[in-house]
Amino acid sequence: MKIVIIDYRAGNIQSIQFALNRLGFTAELTDDAEKIKTADKVIFPGVGEASSAMQKLKATGLDTLIPQLKQPVLGICLGMQLMCSYSEEGNTKGLGIFEDTIVKFNHGVKVPQIGWNQITNLSSDLFKGVKENEYMYLVHSYYAPVCKDTVATSFYGLEYSTALQKNNFYGVQFHPEKSSKAGELVLKNFLEL
Amino acid sequence: MLTKRIIPCLDIKNGRTVKGVNFIRLRDAGDPVELAARYAEEGADELVFLDISATEEKRKTLSELVLRVAEKVNIPFTVGGGISSVDDVGMLLKCGADKVSINSSAVKNPQLINELVAKFGSQCIVVAIDAKMIDNQWKVHLVGGKVSTELDLFGWAKEVEERGAGEILFTSMDHDGTKNGFANSALAKLSTELNIPIIASGGAGSVQHFIDTFTTGKADAALAASVFHFKEIEIKELKQQLFNNEIPVRL
Repeated sequence: MKIVIIDYRAGNIQSIQFALNRLGFTAELTDDAEKIKTADKVIFPGVGEASSAMQKLKATGLDTLIPQLKQPVLGICLGMQLMCSYSEEGNTKGLGIFEDTIVKFNHGVKVPQIGWNQITNLSSDLFKGVKENEYMYLVHSYYAPVCKDTVATSFYGLEYSTALQKNNFYGVQFHPEKSSKAGELVLKNFLEL
Repeated sequence: MLTKRIIPCLDIKNGRTVKGVNFIRLRDAGDPVELAARYAEEGADELVFLDISATEEKRKTLSELVLRVAEKVNIPFTVGGGISSVDDVGMLLKCGADKVSINSSAVKNPQLINELVAKFGSQCIVVAIDAKMIDNQWKVHLVGGKVSTELDLFGWAKEVEERGAGEILFTSMDHDGTKNGFANSALAKLSTELNIPIIASGGAGSVQHFIDTFTTGKADAALAASVFHFKEIEIKELKQQLFNNEIPVRL
């Protein structure tokens, strides 16, 4: 199986590589359109700030490529947020795959949310074998409100989308590569789609 | 629900894990990668690696260790000690660290916090603050606690938050190594006045101390070293007892 991680200098890629290695897979880090188009699985990572990340995607034309992909695509953290239509962070227009608007936590909770939170209302193949209320590791200041593409929710002052799915596009707010065995199961499920 | 985090801290010197009592006497406590893997397996929520000799010796050799840890460990970890530039941070994150912690360098050059946040995001920038009560006032200390400053803990913590740090790791030097409990009143004040997560450090000696720091101390996470290294407290048992005391934890 050919797995690619989209390279747009989005930080902490090494952890995803190592997590895949622990599952017995290797992935290629690339920004090459042909390689991305022909891969079996595409991982779209992301750490950092939305508008500068989006600029990097635009600079290489990845912003038009990603929404056209036909194979399973997994956006992680900021990757998931960039797959939405808009982010309040830096007034950023996203890739528009999910019709959701990313907003900042602002209702009496500490920001960023850092740590292990439970994921509930699991309704995607991504969560096969993952139990309701399982704990995943999250680090984020902005969140995706619950919308029609929501396939898992978490609660932090309010209920929000901790995972989204539309057709072949999957997005998780949590870091499966850092969420112990439960996170590894999510990655494994993605690779088996 | 977001859970309270238990964070074993691995103080690193010359590639080995050590733990000082009041920052001075050091004892050897094992191989860091082995320990890290064991803690992850036992249910630790996060790990912190602090190269305690780094600031003093101007050493920046953590990257190899970070790479080895990232390869083996499936929970997040923070690296600190002697980190003083955007390049240092970039290198450690590239090797697989999830967060970096800066301490003395932030006090010497507060603008560094802004620069790191702009480049890497708040979520991976932890500012560690060592403080000691002097004449009834919490004073910030540097270089592993060796150098005192005139900075007030709460004023500095507020500034750190305003400059965009994602988290504060507060070590009470008065409590560190004593096993008499965490500095809960200072922690509660930090946690109330600030809107970023606070990690309690220094003083863990019993399960009750952890319960106290999450309730009275309002801490978001608690860090300890020797009680875990020397197996005086087992992480699984600790988390079960926290759960029994209605503190949200990941079991």
